Amino acid sequence: MTALLSLRGVTKRFGGLVAVNRMDFDVTEHQVLGLIGPNGSGKSTTLNLISGAFPVTSGAISLRGQPITHLAAQDIARRGVARTFQLVRLLPSMTVLQNVKAGAVFGHRRHWGHEADAVAEAMLEKVGLAGRGHMMVGQLTYIDTKRVELARVLAGEPGVVLLDEWLAGLNPTELEEGIRLIRGLRDEGRTVILVEHVMDAIRSLCDRCVVMAAGTKIAEGTPAEVLSDAAVIRAYLGDDDDA
Amino acid sequence: MSALSSRDWGNLSLCAIALAIAACLPWTAGAYGLSIGVTIAMYTALATSWALFSGPTHYISLASAAFFGVGTYVTGIGIQYLPYWTLLPIAGVAGAVMAALVGLATLRLSGVYFVIFTLGLAEFVRQIITWSQNISGTKGIYVLTSIGEMHIYWQLLGLAALVWLLGWLIGRSRLGFALRIIGDDEAVARHSGIDTARAKILLFMVPGAVAAITGAVLAPRYVYIEPSLAFSPMLSFQVVIMALLGGTGRLWGPLVGVIPFTFLWEAISVSFPNQTTLLLGVCFLVIVYLLPKGFVGLIDLANKRMRSAEGYV
Repeated sequence: MTALLSLRGVTKRFGGLVAVNRMDFDVTEHQVLGLIGPNGSGKSTTLNLISGAFPVTSGAISLRGQPITHLAAQDIARRGVARTFQLVRLLPSMTVLQNVKAGAVFGHRRHWGHEADAVAEAMLEKVGLAGRGHMMVGQLTYIDTKRVELARVLAGEPGVVLLDEWLAGLNPTELEEGIRLIRGLRDEGRTVILVEHVMDAIRSLCDRCVVMAAGTKIAEGTPAEVLSDAAVIRAYLGDDDDA
Repeated sequence: MSALSSRDWGNLSLCAIALAIAACLPWTAGAYGLSIGVTIAMYTALATSWALFSGPTHYISLASAAFFGVGTYVTGIGIQYLPYWTLLPIAGVAGAVMAALVGLATLRLSGVYFVIFTLGLAEFVRQIITWSQNISGTKGIYVLTSIGEMHIYWQLLGLAALVWLLGWLIGRSRLGFALRIIGDDEAVARHSGIDTARAKILLFMVPGAVAAITGAVLAPRYVYIEPSLAFSPMLSFQVVIMALLGGTGRLWGPLVGVIPFTFLWEAISVSFPNQTTLLLGVCFLVIVYLLPKGFVGLIDLANKRMRSAEGYV
């Protein structure tokens, strides 16, 4: 199967710190890829590099065989790579519907007027917020702010969805619902890259996982394979000698 | 762009009637009344166009005087070679191009650097003109035309109406929506697919063009133009104060600030002619502390309280 999104030797340096070091991985269509690893291992930075939030120091990123390495964030979004943020970012002066409409108007597939409203309404329904479009985002609960952010991302009809710890901080019932939502994305033909710490979610959602530690890829495979990998266990729990 | 609702038609008709009434001022007011009318029309055009950009983006521009001054010099120099009417679009293009260049250079910077740069811009252009005048040995320029106060008023009124129309159209457009998103969270805007630099530069060209045209229209009124008059930083501050006093959240907000401030400023200029700058600073502080969202914010708050009070009945 050909890769939808490829990273080759992607490196990011912040001064003397190498945050991401020669990352290589491919994501094929209709796949959920988990990007996992201990805190500070470079997962979110990798998402930031893919989405164009930071410039890449060296290496190449391509989407459907086309290079996107040096494109600006808005151009990457327009090509169909959309993201959520580790700390939810909504548009505070706008209603829930307008927040979602931002994705529908400026995303991968662009709509305007009533058409954009209809797309935004449909996305709100999909994430379980039907009929709440008139609310201001400040009135929402935490899980609902996450839903709005996801609806905004989906309203642009992206091919690749980048979720940065989208399941973090949810209670067990919400988590179950969140997992169902993400699985639904794959079932409708989207590709998802997931930065996540919730192991249950990783096991039940991911087709493949890439494990990072200190900016480097240390393992890649199915969730079962990587979670039993000695190097991964060491990265999470430390060496016996460390004690 | 979506079709007009009956409410839109109502608002448009109301604006057209108000404009027609305002256009009758030269026949009903005396010379003093007309000069106040010119000031109000001038600052309405300037403050409304300023708010179109600075309202949604929260970038405080102090460049009005730079564009305004360039406009006065377009008329001052151009009137010797070209008919007056051709100078207004030339001034508009000059202001827009200058704004685009400033935007390209500065809009990637964060807010405070932008403020300082725009303030310095007016001074920079003023110094260049002063320097070139020193070299050529001239001091100022005479603008001698048959254009009267009445014609200047009508032109400014027409310009203010155009700015309103443009603002209304932008508010209904993708660009207007993009600007509101940028004002809320620029990172979200970029990752949603908005070319933030392009949107900001496009909109910054509006106050640039409008201020330059305003300067070009007012040049015949000054008769004698010199850099300290054309590039007065006071103008930039007054535009900001009036727009903030009215509120930038609505298209009509700046007008609500311009009218009372013009009368207040008249009173200050007459009673305390030597303390105007000091009192301008005091006005700025009072507005920022007491009315951070201007009169528009007060009206919105009152409406909200009324609605919630009704809800409890």
